[in-house]
Amino acid sequence: MTSKNLPVTILLGLLAVGMFLPLAQAGTATGFWLEVLIGGLMAGVLYALVALGFVLIFKASGVFNFAQGAMVLFAALALARLAEWMPLWLAFVLAALIMVAFAWVVERLVLRKLVNQEGVTLLMATLGIAFFLDGFGQTIWGSDIYKIDLGISKEPLLALQSVFEGGILLNRDDILAAVIATLLVLALALFFQKTPTGRALRAVADDHQAAQSIGIPLSTIWVIVWSVAGFVALVAGMVWGGKLGVQFSLQEIALRALPVVILGGFTSVPGAIIGGLIIGVGEKMSEVFLAPILVKAFDLAGGGIENWFAYVLALVFLLVRPEGLFGEKHIDRV
Amino acid sequence: MARTIGDVILAVDAISLSFGGVKALTDISFDVREHEIRAIIGPNGAGKSSMLNVINGVYTPQQGQVTLRGRTFSHMDPHEVALSGIARTFQSLALFKGMTVLDNIMSGRNLRMKSNLLLQALRVGPAEREENEHRRASERIIDFLEIQAYRKVPVGRLPYGLQKRVDLGRALAMEPSILLLDEPMAGMNTEEKQDMCRFILDVNDEFGTTIVLIEHDMGVVMDISDRVVVLDYGRKIGDGPPAEVRANEEVVRAYLGTSH
Repeated sequence: MTSKNLPVTILLGLLAVGMFLPLAQAGTATGFWLEVLIGGLMAGVLYALVALGFVLIFKASGVFNFAQGAMVLFAALALARLAEWMPLWLAFVLAALIMVAFAWVVERLVLRKLVNQEGVTLLMATLGIAFFLDGFGQTIWGSDIYKIDLGISKEPLLALQSVFEGGILLNRDDILAAVIATLLVLALALFFQKTPTGRALRAVADDHQAAQSIGIPLSTIWVIVWSVAGFVALVAGMVWGGKLGVQFSLQEIALRALPVVILGGFTSVPGAIIGGLIIGVGEKMSEVFLAPILVKAFDLAGGGIENWFAYVLALVFLLVRPEGLFGEKHIDRV
Repeated sequence: MARTIGDVILAVDAISLSFGGVKALTDISFDVREHEIRAIIGPNGAGKSSMLNVINGVYTPQQGQVTLRGRTFSHMDPHEVALSGIARTFQSLALFKGMTVLDNIMSGRNLRMKSNLLLQALRVGPAEREENEHRRASERIIDFLEIQAYRKVPVGRLPYGLQKRVDLGRALAMEPSILLLDEPMAGMNTEEKQDMCRFILDVNDEFGTTIVLIEHDMGVVMDISDRVVVLDYGRKIGDGPPAEVRANEEVVRAYLGTSH
């Protein structure tokens, strides 16, 4: 057991050391390092939001939902366009209802027919849903770049001026995103741990057959899980859309969240959050501090580490710990 | 309380089930009377678990019907089965491993929970009262099965014998009229087997629950069952009271050379 954990411990240790190393380097201002760290954490929170959607659906139905990114885009589009006609809160409620309706349709038309099929079949089905949703979203809502105005000033916040020279700059929308994500995760945790429906969801996640035997209807559970994943997508879409604008590239953040799920484990909610934070911080730190060193040492043209860091880390994890940090170990019975 | 065996409550009629070319069950018929303990025995691979899974709706037989309280079905749906008061346990444990003993047993109350999602989430009014009621019912079962000390322990951490008890507890929490037990004594030592026998007899006696029990340990079954069905290679080779079955030559032959 311990020997199996060793490579992971070493890996995490290296990441931690790498994170603090810039501080030892002459010429790195602590304030700047903190800014990078916080920026990484904020990005990590947003990755975690998308990863959460993957994990919820995978846990409850064993389906890897390729459409999670498309759901984020679709929900964000709905929110942005509806908000042009009504107050943001009302648009949010309506968009949430749309995602619930979407969950219901997916269960009726796709999942119910494909139950007990191979994992690959279901994956392909969600891939189909993803492309449909991308196109359908454009058909209904249009394909321009839309704004979601969360009413946050773009003026950065200056903090800790008394501690560091020049203080540190924080984006207000990043802070809001972190607060919203934290609230969402807390709400989900309460829902899963403290309500009978949450208990039923956990039961289905642990053992389908046993859950059915005590009368938990799988189809209802799937609608609920896809609705919750749709709601998470809406929140993620709102936060990302508020930051970057709602546009087609929004669905690509799903690809960013993929390494997060590999790192944290496909079945673990805490894994999604911690994985998100590790990757968010790792990306930013490596881009800001590691890239210049590499560029100088090997006479390279530029950085770009941010683009591959997460995937390389996920690859290494696949090699040393395929189930991820907190995922369930898959044991095949022979 | 004196237990009187009633009318036929559950019957299977000419059930045949195959997977691809492999015949798991061939033309099986038997009935179960209310309040009785009915055992299905047979060597490994005889089709016992398949039979249970047909009754439970996990498998759909190619031929035959299941009659439950006078209603005939060619296919049982697991959810419908649960709704109609049939609970089951599993041979290979199928507990909700991440959950505590109490949560596992509470999950058995799922069908009896009526209040809606929003009230549940807020834990107000009727939802709070309901949760407390189910909690009390679950605590009674925990007392009955003598697992009070483990209430808050995640079941994955309990020893095997106790996990089997929790599995039974979850089924009992449904307050079923028929209880299907899939090898409840498998892998247990003698003492654990005796405990489990006592629980089964008590459930049958105190709550009048009809019990359909699968077991390959012939000795245990003969002591506690009212009637026994014997399967071998997917066929029925014996059916009747224990003494009669024990004297059946074909049954003896099927069991010779196996561990019993």
